[in-house]
Amino acid sequence: MAKLKLALYWASSCGGCEIAQLQIGDKILKLAEVADIVFWPVAIDAKYKDVEAMPEKSIDVCLFNGAIRTSEQEHMAKMLREKSKVLIAYGACAYGGGIPGLGNMFNRELIFERAYLETPSTDNKEKVLPQTKCKVPEGELTLPEFYDTVKTLGQTVDIDYVIPGCPPEARTTWLALEALIEGKLPPKGTVITHNAKAVCDDCPKKRDVKKVKKFYRTFEIMPDPEICLLEQGLLCAGIATRGGCEAPCPQANMPCTGCYGPVDGVIDQGAHFLSAVASVIDSNDPDEIQRIIDGIYDPVGTFYRYSLPDSLLRRAKIK
Amino acid sequence: MAEKKVATKKDTEPKIGVYVCHCGSNIAGTVDVPQVVEFAKGLPAVAIAREYKFMCSDPGQSMIKDDIKQLGLNRVVVASCSPLLHEPTFRHAIQEAGLNPYLFEMANIREHCSWTTEDHGEATEKAKALVSAAVKRIYLHQPLEVREVPVNPNTLIVGGGIAGIQAALEIADAGHKVYLVEKDPSIGGHMIQFDKTFPTLDCSACILTPKMTSAGSHPNIELMTYSEVEEIAGFIGSFKAKIRKKAKFVDESKCNGCGVCIEKCPWKADSEFDLGLSQRKAIYTPFPQAVPNIPVIDKESCAYFLKGKCRACEKFCEREAIDFEQQDKIVEIDVGNIIITTGYDPFDPTPIIKYGYGKFPNVVTGLEFERICNSVGPTGGKIVLKDGSEPKSIAIIHCVGSRDENYHKYCSRVCCMYALKYSHLIKEKTKADVYQMYIDMRCFGKGYEEFYQRLSDEGVTFIRGKPAEVTDRAISEEEKGKLIVVGEDSLLGTVIRVPVDMVILCIALEARADAKNVAQLFSISQGADAFFIERHPKLDPVATMTDGVFIAGCCQGPKDIPDTVAQASAAAARVLALISKGKVELEATVAVIDEEKCSGCRICNLLCPYNAIDFIEEEEVSRINDALCKGCGTCVAACPSAAITHKHFTTEEIMAEIEGVLV
Repeated sequence: MAKLKLALYWASSCGGCEIAQLQIGDKILKLAEVADIVFWPVAIDAKYKDVEAMPEKSIDVCLFNGAIRTSEQEHMAKMLREKSKVLIAYGACAYGGGIPGLGNMFNRELIFERAYLETPSTDNKEKVLPQTKCKVPEGELTLPEFYDTVKTLGQTVDIDYVIPGCPPEARTTWLALEALIEGKLPPKGTVITHNAKAVCDDCPKKRDVKKVKKFYRTFEIMPDPEICLLEQGLLCAGIATRGGCEAPCPQANMPCTGCYGPVDGVIDQGAHFLSAVASVIDSNDPDEIQRIIDGIYDPVGTFYRYSLPDSLLRRAKIK
Repeated sequence: MAEKKVATKKDTEPKIGVYVCHCGSNIAGTVDVPQVVEFAKGLPAVAIAREYKFMCSDPGQSMIKDDIKQLGLNRVVVASCSPLLHEPTFRHAIQEAGLNPYLFEMANIREHCSWTTEDHGEATEKAKALVSAAVKRIYLHQPLEVREVPVNPNTLIVGGGIAGIQAALEIADAGHKVYLVEKDPSIGGHMIQFDKTFPTLDCSACILTPKMTSAGSHPNIELMTYSEVEEIAGFIGSFKAKIRKKAKFVDESKCNGCGVCIEKCPWKADSEFDLGLSQRKAIYTPFPQAVPNIPVIDKESCAYFLKGKCRACEKFCEREAIDFEQQDKIVEIDVGNIIITTGYDPFDPTPIIKYGYGKFPNVVTGLEFERICNSVGPTGGKIVLKDGSEPKSIAIIHCVGSRDENYHKYCSRVCCMYALKYSHLIKEKTKADVYQMYIDMRCFGKGYEEFYQRLSDEGVTFIRGKPAEVTDRAISEEEKGKLIVVGEDSLLGTVIRVPVDMVILCIALEARADAKNVAQLFSISQGADAFFIERHPKLDPVATMTDGVFIAGCCQGPKDIPDTVAQASAAAARVLALISKGKVELEATVAVIDEEKCSGCRICNLLCPYNAIDFIEEEEVSRINDALCKGCGTCVAACPSAAITHKHFTTEEIMAEIEGVLV
């Protein structure tokens, strides 16, 4: 049997996905037996022209991590789609927009101002901002265009599967790779995890009916390790997040932040999380309800931490 | 995952008929109906689009039925009025033509469009958008099965005033069990406090006490006085009610109502029944004709409860009925229907400082005057001032708290007539001059205008104009020691000062202070004036938006006794109709939990207002009891992992509807 041709790429991401891919440990040897890595910028030197030179659909599987923030990332996404038989959105950024997606609360202008002018450690007297073109004595230099809005990979090109997580757990990565190696691919569009139910199904904590009088940030309380964190006022996204990760965060007494994305059938993970949280507030007094809600710090970052670009909201409106 | 799969498992491709109604000129006067029809013809899966003057009429319905048969339509959209009005009509029509009633959708282009949008062009575009939404949505509709449940023939009536008593007697006389719950120690309500009733001047007690007695002794009526409903679960046909029977400290099974305990009790408190105008004992019945004739001990004024000593009542009670250890009891009952007859509160005129209620002892409210006139009232029926003398002149001020921007904008509907009644009673019992100070005389009922004419001939002075103040500052010898009603006679156009001995304030009828709690308890709505809202103001006046819960009497709005009794009988008739039918159809639009997706997070568990959700410990999933679910959708919206689907309101259907409206 001919070896599989595997490509791995990164777009707007932190690099954590690459490390996660290595976390499959010695299973990587099994992968090496059956697959050749044809493109992997983090480890193997390659140029755009090398990819351009590849015939269409010559890559069997491409694991693409990172959101689409720049024109270069969009270009690579389109090119890799063309060259790959199977394109997989790997990790929360490619899937839902991830942390870079929270940039959709701002636009290019505001982000540049903050990053290149306002930050205390910046010394930029000439107020130079990144330009797509710049003339220097040696000729013209170019940079990719920085878009106003972050998109998911799925909003940019057609994708075949999703491996969720920030970063994906090794078991989830291997579940997908094993399916690829064995040629037992699930139906197109499948989000590949061990559990189709929410994280609560993975979580060993004791769950009761929910009534919350006050929401806490993680540093404000020491939760009872036996009891559901949401019941204790921690905004645990496990209720609204696809399981399969084995709930490592709640088991370490930290609330789930939602990195595995929504459960099948949910159009907007943040809205479902928000709606569920709103329904467990234990008060009928409008003033008290307002006080309880005011206790939720950073609502967008809490409810849409990994999914703002993929939400029905997509982005904030900038006046 | 931008592309979500659209679930369209169907045997046959949808074939949709769209019918656009003119509603006379209600819709066609604003919306260009032919244009909407042309637009509808161009929508996907639409096989035919037609218009008609009145789709709800027989020819309109026949048009739909014929098309279903001849063209093989399997989905029908009617663009007309609110589904509240005619959804049942059209569902029934398509069902007659062999289609499942849920393969129908209504686009409301009247209330939501032609009545609210002035611009004809905009209204037409909006009508198109609404039709498009309905077509997109109905494409995904699935046939659903209507469920039938039996109706428990027992009825709960909340409130033992004339409305509650009337409804209870009618249902009980028809042979069905009634639980009549009253929060006070006796039934009778406000009516038993009144002296005479307008316009016939029957004695209120004379016509009501026989009914109270019948209710008290009726084999089919279980009186639960001094009791309040605490919890309601379930739905039409099978409600479960939890009722708190407050401790009376008197054993009802032993007490024979001899009254010796009351006689011997040395402690007193202000009588609630006489509005504080007289005193009652710490162990008391509100009035001598109370039903049931069982006294209760008021802990607030009983020396034994306050100081630990006395027990005089216990010593004298031969039947050993006094039980100081008695506790509140929670009783659970099963009923099929509920009638709410909780009545009204009299408006407290204290905030209207200019009328001096609370400041001048001889400024009294209408209800207080009823007690003063009553032969068993605090003055033995003598109309007297606080000092015991007979008044020589009395002013009656109308619309106190009613028809007033600052208090209640509505007309309380009974004040004009009871004010006339007072004139008559005053004239009958005293020689006093009577001044009626009114805004408009509203004497609209049967025999009311005649009563007004009769009073006009009895020497009553009518002054048109709402008084500005009641004062004791005399500016002339004649005014000294009097209450002076200052105002404008708007017919004469002059300022007037009328010195009188007594002022009667015709206070408004307002919604009960706890109406909000009652509304929440029974899942019914309140209007802006806080009275309960009927299902339809003209065509469904005693039903509410909650099936199986009816309203009658003043809890629905101010009304007089004949109207109250008529409503109570109407509510009883509605309940009897349901009992005799024996079963009710329940909407098929219930919620279901996909156990393959439920993670057992338990978010939904406490939310269900009908207690339809159970958590199955062994399987760690939640499950909805199909028979209890009313399809309110609360759990569906709250489920964080979309494990709960609302039949007929699936995410796909709602998203399609939104897409459709955004054409």
